[in-house]
This record gives sequence, structure tokens and C-alpha cells, in this order.
Amino acid sequence: MKKREQAAFSLSLLPALAALLAGSAGAMHIMEGYLPVGHCILWGAVSLPFFVLGFFRIRKSLEANRKNIVMLAICGAYVFLLSSLKIPSVTGSCSHMTGTGLAAVLFGPSVTTVLGVIVLIFQAILLAHGGLTTLGANTFSMAIAGPLLSWAIYRLFGKLRWNRRFGVFLAAFLGDLFTYCVTSFQLAWAYPSEVGGIPASAVKFLAVFAPTQLPLAVLEGVLTVIILVVFENYAQNELESIGYRAEVRP
Amino acid sequence: MKKKDGILLLFLILAAVALIVVPLILQRGADFSGSDDAGSDTVGQIDQGYTPWVTPILEQFLGGEMPPELESLMFCIQTGIGVGVIMFFTGRFVERRKQEKLREEEKNKKT
Repeated sequence: MKKREQAAFSLSLLPALAALLAGSAGAMHIMEGYLPVGHCILWGAVSLPFFVLGFFRIRKSLEANRKNIVMLAICGAYVFLLSSLKIPSVTGSCSHMTGTGLAAVLFGPSVTTVLGVIVLIFQAILLAHGGLTTLGANTFSMAIAGPLLSWAIYRLFGKLRWNRRFGVFLAAFLGDLFTYCVTSFQLAWAYPSEVGGIPASAVKFLAVFAPTQLPLAVLEGVLTVIILVVFENYAQNELESIGYRAEVRP
Repeated sequence: MKKKDGILLLFLILAAVALIVVPLILQRGADFSGSDDAGSDTVGQIDQGYTPWVTPILEQFLGGEMPPELESLMFCIQTGIGVGVIMFFTGRFVERRKQEKLREEEKNKKT
């Protein structure tokens, strides 16, 4: 990282630190206007450093090889595609996937944050889905927490030399589920139950999201493996250029 | 494409279709509403009388709820952008591999 980038990154950390120190009062997309102002600012401040870091990571990757932009565009498009599809689930209601698993596996969590923010802004402005005030909170759940877990699982599978494709499946599957867990917690924190407080409330929100999301998370895992198998066969050069080696299989 | 990968893909695609179709069969007659809305409803249960303190920018612009047709149009545009970009590049990748193979075969013939 260059000096100037380092400075900008540290600067972006300031609001996060300030928010944490101040000890702010305390759906996948949380709807517009459903979080108190303090929470909106807090989640926004926590998300900002990831966004800035991701921005620099993208620049570094593109400086290393201009053509990496193709895979980046595909990852972004994948988030666009999957988060636009409302899929019926066994509970009789619909929900949608996150699509962040692919980008997290190929580019790492911070780059995914940038891609996720683009999609969230698109949905907040044009679809009245999610919201601009809840952008920070939604970014944290969908474009930071989920991808971080995906990336960690994928890396763990790489370290242990376990089956890569199964690792990708698990990464996308658990990343998707984790996104909804974080959303439940965020909502619970803003709306603690009168009896039982935040935990009771979190369980309530999880009960709404989790059963619906489970089959969709499996679907997201399956789709992510499909697209990676296709690229392993037809785009080895592009994958290798961003550090993904298809031929090293245990 | 390697044959083994082809079989795996076929199996995975079937699994994906099954994951979407099975809920429809299990839950016949359900309304399949969005779970994001269910989240908002749960907020209403926990904190009765809560009203959102801002309305989405588009609803302000339209002066009310977005008509369902317009909403589905917007979702389609989003899907379209995603599919368009992915398929454009995938098509190029596949065609490129084909050309590479053709060229290799020609080279082998000559030598």
C-alpha cells in the first residue's frame, strides 16, 4: 500500500473509532427508516474503512493486471444478478440471495464491500429496497460480515488442502446465512424485546429470516460452484491472474 | 470442458432447479411474500406504533408506494445487467477456447 493510500485508510478509520468510543446509543436489507439515527451512523462508520480498503485493493489489482477488470465486473454482475432474484422458499415466503460469495472467494472481503455497496445503492435508490439511511448497516451485514466469513472458510479449506469446490460451496452457503444472522442482530439491537432484551429479540428476527433463507443459502452455494467450474474450464488465465489456481486440486 | 466437470455441472444445475421447484410443490397456495417485509412486520410486533422516520427516496419522488409493475421492471433491469455482463464474458471465454483449439490443431497438421 502506498503512503498516500495508507493515510487515506487511517483517516477513514477515524469515524469508526470515534463511533466506537462514543458508545453510541444504542432483512436482509433493513428497510429505509427502520433504524435509529445513531445506529445508521455507527454502522456507516464501521463500514467505511472496509470500503476505502477495498477501493485501494481494486486499484492495486488493476495496476498489476489491467485485465483483472473482467473478473471484477463478473463478480459485481453476480452480486447484481443474485440479489435481484426473489426465490420462493419452503416456508412459503420469498427472499433473495446475496451473491457476495464469489467475489469474496476470488478477490477477498474488502473488494466485495465495494461491489456490495454499488448494488445496495442501486437497490436503495431505484427499487426502494433497503435504504440510504440503512446503507451502512446493510453494507456491514451483506458486504462485510458475510464475505469475511466466506473468505475465511475458503482460506481454511485452502490451508488444509481440502476439496476446493466443496470449500467454495460452504463459503457461499455460510456467508449467505451469516449475512442474515447479522441482520437479525442489527434489528434486535435497535428493537430489544421488552422481555428478554436484545437476545430474545434476535431470536425473534432469526426465526423470521433463517428458515426462509436456509434453502436459498444452499442454492447460492450451488450456483457459485457452477460459475466457478465454468471459469475453471474456460478462463484459467483470468483466474490465475487474480491468484486463483484451478489446477492445484487436492 | 472436461467430461467430469460437465457431469458435475449437470448435477448441480438439476439441484438448483430442484431447490426452487420443491418449495412451490410443498407450499401450494402460499403467497410467497418477501421476508424483508416480514422483518418490518416483526418490528411492528415488538415495538407497536413504530413508524419509519424516512421514506425511500423513490417513494418521495413518486409521491407514494411504487406500483408493482414498476418494481418488477426495476428488478428485471437489475437481473438484466447481471446476466448481460456475466454471459457476455462467458461467451467470449468459450469462443476463445474454441479458437485456441482450432489454431493448435492447424499447427499440428502443418508440422
